[in-house]
Amino acid sequence: MKKLFLITCFLTTGITALFAQKYMTRTGKVKFDATAPSSPERIVGVNNEAACILDSKSGDVASQMLIKSFKFEKELMEEHFNENYMESDKLPKADFKGKITNASEINFAKDGAYTAKVEGKLTIHGVTNDVTTPADVTVRGHTVSVKTKFVVKLIDYKIKVPSLVADKLSKEATVTLDCDLTQK
Amino acid sequence: MIMRKTCLLFILFYCVIAKSFAQNDSLTDMLNKEMPAPVKKDYTTATFKATRIINGCSVENLGAGVLDFRISHRFGQLNEGASNFFGLDNATTRLGLDYGITKWLMVGIGHSTLNKEDDGFIKIKLLPQQKGKMPITLSYAGSASVQTEPAPILPPGDKYDFNNRVYYTNQVLIARKFNRWLSLQIMPTIVHFNLVDSSKFSNNTIAIGVGGRIKVSHRIAITGEYYYRTNNTGMLVNGLPTYNAVAVGIDIETGGHVFQLMLTNSQGLTDRTFIGQTTDSWAKGQLHFGFNISRVFTVVKPKGFKGYQDEKW
Repeated sequence: MKKLFLITCFLTTGITALFAQKYMTRTGKVKFDATAPSSPERIVGVNNEAACILDSKSGDVASQMLIKSFKFEKELMEEHFNENYMESDKLPKADFKGKITNASEINFAKDGAYTAKVEGKLTIHGVTNDVTTPADVTVRGHTVSVKTKFVVKLIDYKIKVPSLVADKLSKEATVTLDCDLTQK
Repeated sequence: MIMRKTCLLFILFYCVIAKSFAQNDSLTDMLNKEMPAPVKKDYTTATFKATRIINGCSVENLGAGVLDFRISHRFGQLNEGASNFFGLDNATTRLGLDYGITKWLMVGIGHSTLNKEDDGFIKIKLLPQQKGKMPITLSYAGSASVQTEPAPILPPGDKYDFNNRVYYTNQVLIARKFNRWLSLQIMPTIVHFNLVDSSKFSNNTIAIGVGGRIKVSHRIAITGEYYYRTNNTGMLVNGLPTYNAVAVGIDIETGGHVFQLMLTNSQGLTDRTFIGQTTDSWAKGQLHFGFNISRVFTVVKPKGFKGYQDEKW
């Protein structure tokens, strides 16, 4: 009886390991746009070094990026972003940990386009909030590309917009993510 | 036996639950193991808010392709009293244009009303402060200036050489950003005067400058700057004694502008005038209120931003 249990145990672990397919990248693109409607200049930051990982079996997803890797059109914007808003020397990373809730509807073994429902916890500026967003998932051979777009309210992450720049900097930022994950 | 079974079941169940909870953390760990993050150099940024601490250079450089239009103003002495509106009637101004060629090389030109002086400078960042590797930022700043006032009336036959109008300054800037709110800088300086009043004086004034800033909020910092001259302290300017330059100020940053407000005993705005030829004294209350306004323009956009506005993703 004991033996049987142990065997089942090993088997379960073994099978999980066999079917667990991980897709990952270090060069995910993350962009945010926090331009106020009245702003003469665009406030857009781009990070081309986001790390993303997806477990096709469980539907678990995770992403992590360095705040300092966000690049801006204007050098001063980048400095203010790091120094005044994100405090990147104290809080260097942003991350997301979540799940594709309808993972069973996505066949990672077959090429095709799917819509995934993603739910999880997003941490920016040391503050964690729940995020729910649809994502476009395209399977092409050993590559899975994920695209998503959602809006974050800056105040939810304790990022204050001083009234002085309120005409340029919006209270909300539209975040877009675009990564091509490769199978490992 | 039944107990055992239940026990095992519990353990198994527990394992599965624990695994599913730990999944995300292990995912990130797995990612970091399978695809290690590239080692990035962590350069210190924003040691100072502006390219000048108050009067003199800070180790900050402009970004590549950034043009900085600077208006600097030093009013007359505050203790001139009401008849001169506490110094507001007698101001010196410098208009300057600085440009960042690369992120470690910047150049600038300017015109200052005191002695109708034209100046140009170059600043090179030789070593940037880097977390865990380099404790300081080391820069070189060199400037040359020409005063363009009418030549003095000389005895017949004597010529007033153009060289007499020229000054050079060489500075080494050593700075460290200790933490978010404190940055300090030391700047050994040589100011070369092509012409000095008397052979008593050296053509080179050697000075040691110290400066720093304390950030009091995200957008406001208190600054200070002092240049100690090791020689030529008896130098006269138009018969007036000279003093070491001392300045205290506030930096206020608003979007694309930096405002620097200060109290200083020097009215000159070029390196040679404030380091070597400050004629007013704090002890006597001969202070000048002044400000610098800096407005930056991005002339050349960084690579990767061309056409980014049309990107659909």
